[in-house]
Amino acid sequence: MQIYLPIAEVSVNAFLLLGLGGMVGILSGMFGVGGGFLMTPLLFFIGIPPAVAVATEANQIVASSFSGVLAHFRRRTVDIKMGLVLQVGGLIGAALGVVVFNYLKALGQVDLLVKLCYVVFLGVVGALMFIESLNAIRKSKKAGGTAPAARRQRGWVHALPFKMRFRTSGLYISVIPPILVGVCVGILAAIMGVGGGFIMVPAMIYILGMPTKVVVGTSLFQIILVTAFTTMLHATTNYTVDIVLAVLLLIGGVIGAQIGTRIGVYLKAEQLRILLAIMVLAVCIKLGLDLLLMPSDLYSLGSEGGH
Amino acid sequence: MARSSRLCNVLNNAKHHLIAAVTLASFTLAAPLAAQNKSGSTGEEVVLGLSKDRVAITATFDGSEILVFGAVKRETPIPTGAPLQVVVAVSGPASPVMVRRKEKKLGIWVNTDSVLVDSAPSFYAIATSAPFSDVLTDTEDLRYRVSIERAIRSVGAGMHIRGAQDFAEAVIRIRTQDDLYSLRENTVAVDEETLFRTAIDMPANLTEGAYRTRIYLTRGGEVVAQYETTIDVDKVGLERFLYSMSREQPFLYGLMSLAIAIAAGWGASAAFRLLRNS
Repeated sequence: MQIYLPIAEVSVNAFLLLGLGGMVGILSGMFGVGGGFLMTPLLFFIGIPPAVAVATEANQIVASSFSGVLAHFRRRTVDIKMGLVLQVGGLIGAALGVVVFNYLKALGQVDLLVKLCYVVFLGVVGALMFIESLNAIRKSKKAGGTAPAARRQRGWVHALPFKMRFRTSGLYISVIPPILVGVCVGILAAIMGVGGGFIMVPAMIYILGMPTKVVVGTSLFQIILVTAFTTMLHATTNYTVDIVLAVLLLIGGVIGAQIGTRIGVYLKAEQLRILLAIMVLAVCIKLGLDLLLMPSDLYSLGSEGGH
Repeated sequence: MARSSRLCNVLNNAKHHLIAAVTLASFTLAAPLAAQNKSGSTGEEVVLGLSKDRVAITATFDGSEILVFGAVKRETPIPTGAPLQVVVAVSGPASPVMVRRKEKKLGIWVNTDSVLVDSAPSFYAIATSAPFSDVLTDTEDLRYRVSIERAIRSVGAGMHIRGAQDFAEAVIRIRTQDDLYSLRENTVAVDEETLFRTAIDMPANLTEGAYRTRIYLTRGGEVVAQYETTIDVDKVGLERFLYSMSREQPFLYGLMSLAIAIAAGWGASAAFRLLRNS
């Protein structure tokens, strides 16, 4: 069934969008990532204009993250306090990111820098997570399936002032690292047009030292606020949120997120991390090849001002 | 063309009646259509009908086909010499297009040169009754800007850029791949140098606006008569409502999008809980 999208001004198959939404929703529920880093390139591929894809994607992430976070709230795996602290940083970062984005746009190389951002961050994050979770799996196998070794303590994180107690995460740390993480993710989110979960999740685990089970719910919680903010920004300044596209994607997305959250419960933390790492690396390799291989058409069209 | 002129006139009259009948029967809009009609020196004039002069983009819009048909009205016998040919050109609203070219730098492909093509139509379809070069001479093409290459204007292309012409060609190539630009030769059927008809396919990814529709009658490559009208392409119903709202009430539109997202997220969560508990 073909549906004409009023803002994107293209006609697409409704079932294709429902399917894409569902697939990305499952991943979102399983890993606590918004799925934007997968969905946005997929939308480009089916012919949605980039500006519309990025803006609408933010709106869809609100829905799937909200659906996912409710399940986590019931299991009490959301650290609301940590989420809010990250949020403070996130909003500062998002505002900074918009400034950086507009500056790059003026230089006319925003496309390339967004792609390089993707390749570098996905590559580094994916590789680190892959190695770490592989080691963890090997260790737990050697130990005959007993609990993994105690978390490494990061000296510098604990030496900072303004300490705060995060009961759900079982942490007593300074608020500076979470705010900095929030700022960094916020900047990247605004530049790359994603929720930032794929950076937030590893940052929470490896920098802040939060337990994996709490990380997913907390990440979803803060993604909702960031993407809601982004959606409003795009809707009021660029008029690029396509509500019809969003509805089709989110119907699939929210159902997928529910299924994904349930699958996530049955997987071990290390398995969850290694799967996410593989996925992140796959997207990174795909984007990297796009930059290295000769494109099928050297020319590209854009509107005046360009993307 | 060894036909007696009298027979021809009779034939013409008969066909005029036929056209009128067809036009009325199918509730279409025939000739005047707030259009210009210029007849050339030969005294030939275009009488045109369109299967529709308005394309409504609804939620399930999946492209449209417009039937363009007409007749040649003339007071004098059919001129002898080169046969009558017909060119139909439909063009969408034009806008500037930024064309960028990639080059390999430090091992990766990056955008380097760019050219602003001043004006390129969003949609351009040409249908002709014979190969394009037989239907219209280059001089006439230059004068009336009929071919795709001439419909694109890029005066601003910088001389400092190598192969500036390639950029305009890239617009044509990319838009042709997207079915937005097309040149369909030999697709206008002409009967007895009097009746003509063709179908113009409009793809699903149309933009709104007034689509300029031109019809040229040519003989030996020279334009003898021309006719111009517009086809309006508009969003209607829900599409219209959402589009207007996103432009006129962006804040409300954004809130609505978020409300739908939150409601859908909550709805799915609640539904799955019910499903699991039952």
